[in-house]
Amino acid sequence: MSFKTEPLVVNFGPQHPSTHGVFRMIVSLDGEVITDVEPVMGYLHRGVEKLAEERTYLQNIPFTDRLDYLASMSNNLAYVLAVEKLANIPVSPRAQYLRVIMAELQRIASHAMAVGSFLNDAGAFFTPLMYMFREREKVLDLFEMTCGQRLTYNYMRVGGLSHDIPPEFLPALGKFLDDMPGFIDEYEQLLSENEILLARTKGVGILPPQLAINASVSGPILRGSGVKWDLRKADPYCVYDRFDFDIPVGKAGDSYDRFWVRLQEMRQSVRIIQQAVAQLPQGEVRSQVPATLRPQAGEAYAHIEAPKGELGFYLVSDGSVAPYRFKIRSPSFINLTPLREMMVGYKVADAVIILGSLDIVLGEVDR
Amino acid sequence: MNLWDYIYNLANIRDRITDWANGLFVGWVVYLLIALVGIVAILIFLVPSLMAFIWIERRLVGRFQVRYGPNRVGPFGILQPVADALKVLAKEALTPADADKWVFWLAPVAIFVPALLVYAVLPFGPRMSFADLNIGILYVVAISSLSAISVFMAGWSSNNKFSLLGAMRAVAQMVSYEVPMVLSILGVIMLAGSLQMSHIVQEQLDRNVWFILIQPLGFMVYFISAVAELNRTPTDIMEAESEIVAGYHTEYSGMKFSLFYLAEYTNALAVSAIISTLFFGGWGTAPILDKLPPWLWFIAKIYFFFAILVWMRGTLPRLRIDQLMGFAWKFLLPLALINLFVTGAEVLVWEEYDLAAGWIIPSMVIINFALAGILIVAWTKLFQLRRAWA
Repeated sequence: MSFKTEPLVVNFGPQHPSTHGVFRMIVSLDGEVITDVEPVMGYLHRGVEKLAEERTYLQNIPFTDRLDYLASMSNNLAYVLAVEKLANIPVSPRAQYLRVIMAELQRIASHAMAVGSFLNDAGAFFTPLMYMFREREKVLDLFEMTCGQRLTYNYMRVGGLSHDIPPEFLPALGKFLDDMPGFIDEYEQLLSENEILLARTKGVGILPPQLAINASVSGPILRGSGVKWDLRKADPYCVYDRFDFDIPVGKAGDSYDRFWVRLQEMRQSVRIIQQAVAQLPQGEVRSQVPATLRPQAGEAYAHIEAPKGELGFYLVSDGSVAPYRFKIRSPSFINLTPLREMMVGYKVADAVIILGSLDIVLGEVDR
Repeated sequence: MNLWDYIYNLANIRDRITDWANGLFVGWVVYLLIALVGIVAILIFLVPSLMAFIWIERRLVGRFQVRYGPNRVGPFGILQPVADALKVLAKEALTPADADKWVFWLAPVAIFVPALLVYAVLPFGPRMSFADLNIGILYVVAISSLSAISVFMAGWSSNNKFSLLGAMRAVAQMVSYEVPMVLSILGVIMLAGSLQMSHIVQEQLDRNVWFILIQPLGFMVYFISAVAELNRTPTDIMEAESEIVAGYHTEYSGMKFSLFYLAEYTNALAVSAIISTLFFGGWGTAPILDKLPPWLWFIAKIYFFFAILVWMRGTLPRLRIDQLMGFAWKFLLPLALINLFVTGAEVLVWEEYDLAAGWIIPSMVIINFALAGILIVAWTKLFQLRRAWA
């Protein structure tokens, strides 16, 4: 006997507990099974790219804070690298090292948030999230010590940093670096071997390596699929070629691998920071840059390995004080492209897990 | 009788009132009066306990999550539930325009009443039941399965897709877990030889053994399926906050919502009480400590099991619906059936030999624990959750 059934179209978002902001998925369901997904973006569109064309190169730095608001330092870094490339501005070694330290601390904070909220999506009632908040708080304290801000740092400048680190920064950082590996061990113990978590994440939302490359995804999602691609190794910027670190890659390309890769990257970040602190040179942190920067007409593209993936800024100058074109290659947005391929065929509960494992930030998706 | 006797066994108060009323009124008035006294007594226990539970849960989960939990209202935040209640009472109870108004109004009531009715048969102490039915545990099973209907009423009448999804999940889950739950209780019933709650407790006290020791497997199956029926975290797929917003009560607000919330805690309390009754000797305790009133021991056991429920909620992620169903049918049901066979054989032995022979109960304890361990390990190897669908 067969019944005539109709697909149930459910609207996940823009207001939904697990869409990490104002993302919206129009999900077609056959019972509990997803048959189609249509992502809808743009609820947080603020027109940053257009606004930036009206402002000077220096004034645009705070805009980048508000893209991926969980990784402001990385955004700052990618943007100032692009401007430095455009205007051929040298950066002192000390500033380079401090930039690496800040970017890696930011990666730890961002991954902490990603892993914590991913487990929250998996249904663990806020406890893992709170544990991760606790560790992220220590990074935020370090940032607050440095630049007075806890979310939108606005710390990097064209030609260096806004100012040097305070004297109490390095001891506090040392303590953090000593504690962090133990915490990651504890965290892995708490949940990585949990049967329910394994059952929920293993084999869910598989992204094959070929599709991952074709969809141009980057960051932990690409590496979770087993592709060993990291801009810090592939196209080293700042001083990343002077450090020794591994690129963790997943095997199956499922949600669990993406979760695992993030945990391992936190370990690697700790390693990088330790080396950077050991090698940290003395000197100025900011080179001489004219107050109103007028780069020669031309174009430049600079990209970094941000916590979420390849973050790139493409700038075109017409010789005036403001960029003629200001294009952001945002990883969160591009990582969403294989969403339908990843979700169709899985259950409703998996949709939330898959989206959580992508770790999107809507400020960056919509710009 | 002095004051302590009345406190030690509250049933003496009831008897005193009965005696007094018998001299004044005709029989049916006395009957009604005593029923009223019983209802009031249960409410006196229930209302503060619910408040305490809400407070305990919020404080404990707070500590698990490296934060303080409510600590502003009253000492240690102990008046937080009162503040919550006031807030909820003052809130507007919205009804969606497209909702089926009658069913929408009825659902919160229909879920709270069965939750309350379970308390009628709980033995708080010797002779301390509101109604000591001779089919007590059957009554509990029957009444508590009614909540599936109310959940479906709520989900269907809200006219909301998330509510409907939650309701569909709830019915599938509750019906599935009912089966292993009843089968696991059967083991206890066979050992006790009665469905009467007070008789089950008395049997454990007479034989000087809590049924958890003879029924470890039954306890495990019952505990898991009872937790699944409570829709608390590892199995809260019917309200799954991160997936379907709030499931069947997405559209509810104000006092109507809080009735669902209270029903959840009432059920949690009832399940803790039933676990204590069936497996942990109800009001009974160690001989030295029986200076304290039995009902106090019973309540202490209830709180202990509730703390375990909170602990689980603070730790575990949620299962997916197909895994949850698979777990009930492939894992719990076979184990419950095997437990039933083994218990059946053991009851024969139990009746054959003189119980005074000291070796029977210890050897049964050893056999059952070993069997439970072996079975659980073997079944886990056979049907790992991960492989259930792969």
